[in-house]
Amino acid sequence: MNHFIDLTLNGLAAGAVYAALALSLVIIYQATRVINFAQPALALIAVYIAYTVTQATGNYWLGFAAALVTGLVLGAATERILIRPVHGTSPLNAVIVTLGLLLVLQGAAGMIWSNEPHSFPYPLDFRGRFSPSDIFALASVGVAALLLFGLYRATPLGLRMRAAAFHPEAARLTGVRVGLMLMTGWAIASVIGALAGMLATPPFVYPNVLDAVFIFGITAAVVGGLENPFGALVGGLLIGVSLSYVSGYAGPELTTLAALAILVVVLSVRPDGLFTRPTARKV
Amino acid sequence: MPERPILQIESLSTSYGAVRALDSVSMSVPRGGICAVLGANGAGKTTLLRSISGLKRVDSGRVLVNGQDLTRTPAERHVRHGLVHVPEGGGVIVELTVEENLHLGALWRSGRRERAVLLQQMFDLFPPLLKRRSQPAGTLSGGERQMLAIGRALMARPQVLLLDEPSLGLAPLITRQIMQTLHDLRAATGLTVVLVEQNARSALSITDHGFVLSQGAVAVHGTSDRLLSDDRMRHAYLGF
Amino acid sequence: MVSLEHSEAAAAGTPRRGRGSRALADRWRALPVLARNLLAAAAALLGIFLLTSVTSPITDLHIASVGYYMLAVAGLQLLIGFSGQISLGHGAFMFIGAYTMALLVLHQPMLPLWLNMAATVVVSCVAGVLVGAATARLHGPYLAGATLALAVGLPSLTVRFPELLGGNNGLSITTRGAPPALSGLITNSQWHAVVVWLTTLIGLVILATISSGRMGRRMRAIRDDEAAAALAGIPVGRTKVIAFVISAGCGGLAGASHTYLLGTATPSSFALTLSLSLLAALVLGGLGSLWGALWGAIALVYFELWGTELAHSLDLSTNVANNVPIVLFGVLLILIVLIWPQGLHGMVRRLGALVRRRG
Repeated sequence: MNHFIDLTLNGLAAGAVYAALALSLVIIYQATRVINFAQPALALIAVYIAYTVTQATGNYWLGFAAALVTGLVLGAATERILIRPVHGTSPLNAVIVTLGLLLVLQGAAGMIWSNEPHSFPYPLDFRGRFSPSDIFALASVGVAALLLFGLYRATPLGLRMRAAAFHPEAARLTGVRVGLMLMTGWAIASVIGALAGMLATPPFVYPNVLDAVFIFGITAAVVGGLENPFGALVGGLLIGVSLSYVSGYAGPELTTLAALAILVVVLSVRPDGLFTRPTARKV
Repeated sequence: MPERPILQIESLSTSYGAVRALDSVSMSVPRGGICAVLGANGAGKTTLLRSISGLKRVDSGRVLVNGQDLTRTPAERHVRHGLVHVPEGGGVIVELTVEENLHLGALWRSGRRERAVLLQQMFDLFPPLLKRRSQPAGTLSGGERQMLAIGRALMARPQVLLLDEPSLGLAPLITRQIMQTLHDLRAATGLTVVLVEQNARSALSITDHGFVLSQGAVAVHGTSDRLLSDDRMRHAYLGF
Repeated sequence: MVSLEHSEAAAAGTPRRGRGSRALADRWRALPVLARNLLAAAAALLGIFLLTSVTSPITDLHIASVGYYMLAVAGLQLLIGFSGQISLGHGAFMFIGAYTMALLVLHQPMLPLWLNMAATVVVSCVAGVLVGAATARLHGPYLAGATLALAVGLPSLTVRFPELLGGNNGLSITTRGAPPALSGLITNSQWHAVVVWLTTLIGLVILATISSGRMGRRMRAIRDDEAAAALAGIPVGRTKVIAFVISAGCGGLAGASHTYLLGTATPSSFALTLSLSLLAALVLGGLGSLWGALWGAIALVYFELWGTELAHSLDLSTNVANNVPIVLFGVLLILIVLIWPQGLHGMVRRLGALVRRRG
């Protein structure tokens, strides 16, 4: 029973990270109909910047802030430079461009910081059951989700961003600068991605450190439904807890296969994920 | 000396690929005018509105609003110059609530308090929207959607309103109500309306000027009364 | 060579000048597609044989690698380029093929090579049916996500079943070289290259024949407009699954060739990078034509080599040198999409048109 509780709590903490990554994917998917396969690489660069800043200043939280700022800048730049030119062309183009960016950034990280792992600090004490670091993971993702919800629901900027995502032409006719809004969406999503990266990376940072987390994040996003941020959060926690059980009772090497199994089962029942509203979005 | 027209279009041409959609269209609409753009399917009516509002790139010619050249201005800037385009079907955003749709119309210019006042005005103009204010716009009926679309446009306090077939799929009674509202607004605020319509007879009965497009060019124009009474012209272009 | 693209490539491949050659070209075009493809494949195999008889063993290995990559990329071309389904996990089928091959050699050492290859195709096609049926209802990003998880998840099986699959070290096999009867005529490395290319060419003949036939037209119809295809009476679900199965079979066969050629199957060779590289090669070569698979496969093999060589010759630090190929590949992918969406094949075709105009 104790083991079960441990697994559940660990799963929730890990799930918070997957939820954050899933959230960042969903925000971008809603805005531009693109799955950002470069998300783990954007987060990776943010984490390496944090590593460098923390090394230089000795202050973890300065590094943390630097990571978030890096995410913001990288996300905006990616949209503006790489995604906008392929907007409205075949969806495969966006897939290829983001995959290309993934390769470039991972390679660049290896060039700059080497492929060897460096030790990377936890935000807080990480020992014991449901450690302060675990609580920090859950809490920070929760706060991020709440801030995001508030931004989208209660501010003029959020209204503009939603309008630009749902119906770009109508948004333009009401004076919304659609390109700017999509860029903002990418920037915000990448900040959340960077947060997920900061939580998922410890104890070591190396160029492929976020790959597995990204697979679970994208699984969570797909299971929750790519159209729904709430689904991404639930999907993340669901995947986190399920995989924690699989890892604890059956063996950690099975987690990716278990994620695949969950994905196939959920999608065979609901091909658009658990929380995508049934109303077709055809305007 | 007559007042400068609020909307002036000078030999506007545009095309889709090799197909010319508008061929040197010129027209001018005086302040407070309500004018109809008529013509068969594919005559270029919608393209004309899209070219005016910046949604469609123009090959040559000029669009002047209040004497200001907006030909190459991006669509999202037009609202700042007092011109709002309500596209075919209204362009309401079905995922947003009625209130959010309305707010969107005034976001570019006004603060929270001013928006609240405008919002109340819209609910006064279109009472059916009030009780649906927090519903997603996707749940509205066709008439309510058109009201919402026009309401959102009016939230921007426009000087020129471009309406693309607002009567499409609506009961004649509702269409008349909407048009009456626009007439009242013209009387109160000097609003100018450009109305694209398929049904020439009803459009001419509520406008004071008409332009008939045929194959992307202005075939005939004149006062609505004259167009209605000219049998030859009616048979040739308007089919009634 | 194989008539991979329909009329265009056939026309491009045949000389236009001279009365005699024109008659020959006409007769060539009058042949049934399958016969044309078989003849072209035979010619290509002869070409590989002649080429490898003058090249060094290490070059033979590269040529053979191009062969099996080409088969995998061509299978992916059928899936993505023709039927419009985006799979990010094609390495999974190569993994299945490679391990099936290794297990067969280890546990049934007496079976002939061709039977092993055939068994591999069957196994990977079965896997393709399972995955294809499970994912047939998924569209675009959902399919991409599921196949991505497949590519990452499957190789972890080796760690789960270390006795059978050899854990992280994988499985090693020994393959026979050239048959004794041919020992004076052909070197071992040459024999390997010829065997791999024979496998690849058989696969390509099948792919080319399918894609120029009714099934190919159905796939393209679905790719271009799924709803319209369904309205026109095309069985959309079945066609998609068939595309998946065929491309899985090609992937499995390519994996088997990989094991046969290198003598090993390790999980690290089938990491996510492989799946992404296959996709990259496809885009680089050019979507929508099987010829693209050839250019993509060549790029896949030689970029790695050149990138490493370049980094060494520039005397870069190991950190930088190790990452040159991956960065180069990523940059090329982005540039191809932004600047040259037709890929290398588009470039080759345009050059060909230019040359023909001159001549």
